[in-house]
Amino acid sequence: MRRTVTALFSTMLVAPACAGEVVVGIQIPRLDVSEYHRPYVAVWLEGPDGQAVANLAVWYDLKKRGGEGTKWLKDLRQWWRRIGRETDLPVDGVSGATRPAGEHRLSFDTATPPFADLKPGTYEVAVEAAREVGEREVLRLPLTWPAAPNAAAEAKGTSELGTVTLSAKP
Amino acid sequence: MYRTLSALLLANLALGGPAQAHRLWMQPSATVLSGVEAWATVDAAVSNDLFVFEFNPLRLDGLTVTGPDGTPVKIENPATGRLRSTFDLHLTKPGTYRASEAGEFLFASYLLDGQQKRWRGRAEELERVVPKEATDVRITQAQNRTETFLTLGKPNTEALKPTGRGLELRPETHPNNLVAGEVARFALLLDGAPASNVDVEIVRGGGRYRNKIGEIKLKTGADGTFSVTWPEAGLYWLGAEVQDDKATVPKARRRAVYNATLEVLPP
Repeated sequence: MRRTVTALFSTMLVAPACAGEVVVGIQIPRLDVSEYHRPYVAVWLEGPDGQAVANLAVWYDLKKRGGEGTKWLKDLRQWWRRIGRETDLPVDGVSGATRPAGEHRLSFDTATPPFADLKPGTYEVAVEAAREVGEREVLRLPLTWPAAPNAAAEAKGTSELGTVTLSAKP
Repeated sequence: MYRTLSALLLANLALGGPAQAHRLWMQPSATVLSGVEAWATVDAAVSNDLFVFEFNPLRLDGLTVTGPDGTPVKIENPATGRLRSTFDLHLTKPGTYRASEAGEFLFASYLLDGQQKRWRGRAEELERVVPKEATDVRITQAQNRTETFLTLGKPNTEALKPTGRGLELRPETHPNNLVAGEVARFALLLDGAPASNVDVEIVRGGGRYRNKIGEIKLKTGADGTFSVTWPEAGLYWLGAEVQDDKATVPKARRRAVYNATLEVLPP
């Protein structure tokens, strides 16, 4: 049923070119700890030279009064240094609330920024998680652009991240 | 014991002897901050162990905090105790803040009626204090600067401009952008000009909990620069000293000291 609907939509929306998709799967592990706070998570794209190209997602406590949730953004240390401290949050389509343990899926249309105007080259998608009274972990997934058909990558975390996946359809 | 040490220290300073063991330092509660605004507490002391307050407080008489726009920032809750001084800093604007404790003192040693005398004070008191009939007068003009840096949000460099007096640090790598395993580059300036061939000592804090201090010893190049690859994350103390005859007080030698506390974060 679902497939039929999708197929139907894709024929209807075929007009703006057959846009591809980049999908990042993030598993936040369930942890057996006495004090649990949902982790702050940042996902960003880095160029061949290690320079950050674009933010893909930032999950933080954005509902706290007076922007107080931004106080701990620096704990996403690599993200903070590479692009976070240059970013004025919140950003539409990038920032969101922290998420619970479980599987999360981020999907990016390749016909929209940052993928629409991404120059061919070797990139990395970085995923960083930091949890209050917890640990910090960064995983990196390689991405060659333009992506080969059915390109996929996977990395496994050991503390704050479970399996993180990347798949791209040009 | 401490009194003896102080006397020795004073003697060393007065006679321009070897560098004293006691280090002047500030310890900020954080150096990289995010958010709309932030508070930081800075402790300041003089001690051997870094960063342990075990000897004397660093007096805050010459403290200035420069904000991201280059103008002074008011400190809050300053206090000086037996072993350390402390103050709070309210960071309300994004950018880099520099806390500097800078002071100038004169040290004099002289013979009077066959007795060795020592004195420490301000330049304007010198003539009044040291009698005309004193002999073997040796005067050292000490210019001390002890600093640390904090950044809220995106770093900038407005507060890092040198004053052009004494020994100072010109960061080529931003002092709040230091990461273990990476190279950082700085220059030492003496009266605003590159200070070449100066010994620089870098020591990671927490020496109390390890047997080897593991200090890093460097020398500035002809252009006053030096670079360091941070072996690991931590709070580091940096110290350098220059002695010359460029004192602004007649017949005095000058001793310019620079100290900074730098935080290196994990990659």
